[in-house]
Amino acid sequence: MKRHEALKVILENLTNELVITTTGMISREAFNAKDRPENFYMVGSMGLVTPLSLGIALNCKKKVVGIEGDGSMFLNLGSMAMVGAEKPDNLITIVIDNGCYESTGGQYCISQEVNLTRLAESSGYLSVAQVENEKDLKEKVLVFLKKTGPSFILVKVDSSRQEGIPRVSFTPEEIKERFIQAISYD
Amino acid sequence: MITADLFWQSLTKEGFYFFSGVPCSILKSALSNIPSDIKYVPAVREDSALGIASGSWLTGRKSTILIQNSGLGNIINALTSFNLIYKIPVLLIITWRGEPGKPDAPEHTIMGELTLPILETLKIPYKIIDDNFNTQVEWAKTEMEAKKIPIALILKEGVIK
Repeated sequence: MKRHEALKVILENLTNELVITTTGMISREAFNAKDRPENFYMVGSMGLVTPLSLGIALNCKKKVVGIEGDGSMFLNLGSMAMVGAEKPDNLITIVIDNGCYESTGGQYCISQEVNLTRLAESSGYLSVAQVENEKDLKEKVLVFLKKTGPSFILVKVDSSRQEGIPRVSFTPEEIKERFIQAISYD
Repeated sequence: MITADLFWQSLTKEGFYFFSGVPCSILKSALSNIPSDIKYVPAVREDSALGIASGSWLTGRKSTILIQNSGLGNIINALTSFNLIYKIPVLLIITWRGEPGKPDAPEHTIMGELTLPILETLKIPYKIIDDNFNTQVEWAKTEMEAKKIPIALILKEGVIK
């Protein structure tokens, strides 16, 4: 499974859930896979997707899906533990794991040695899964949306990228404004 | 000097009920007297605290982080590549260890000298907390609403009883 295929499966199986995507190619590929006002593209600040999604989930009834990369998850591993401590029932953390820092040239990431699902379990996520194909990913997304969270999905993808995809065309302020509007929709 | 009660009352009076942070001894009495109507999320790092508070702000809640100035170093990237470009205002209450002229542990000396210059470089408006904390919080709230950026209030040792 390629990263952009995984992002497409996730986004196409959501309805009004709020989505936060991490910096680099994950935000760009998510934008190109399926743009929606409920998507918050965090274009910088690597490592802050999980804290931001936690802060949103604690204050809103909607389901919140934070999409990290393996590099960004390891950058702020402690944020998984904060989720486990606060236990918001409406939060799903998804890590798209390609085993490298692909956005910056494909450098090796320690996710090849250290499996994040066990860290998620010991951090206190109530449901944890690892998937390696589109069918299983779709199934886990749909099941976890119905479960009491917090939930965690590790999505193993290959290290390829979609060539020539544009950057997110909205400014950071535009991303924020339409996301704030989307939070208030039913 | 202000009491811990007055510290919290001044914040809730302006609508700040959501907090995250990493403890500092200067905040000890405030953190041991958190009113029950306040939500405080303990964070593992100062930038995570800022991320949590920013998420809370997106849902419409006025939000604050409580951190030590040593942690100011940890939030610089979050400020420059997140809050300041998305225009997400969060109140930053930053304690001031190593304040110049006051004896403190060696690890606080450099950040003590650099705390205000760093905020000035980042163009983050700030005030140093005194007995008029009430009006200072009101000022911070007004600035946050007008400029849509984080505003800092600096807390010296001994100001909270």
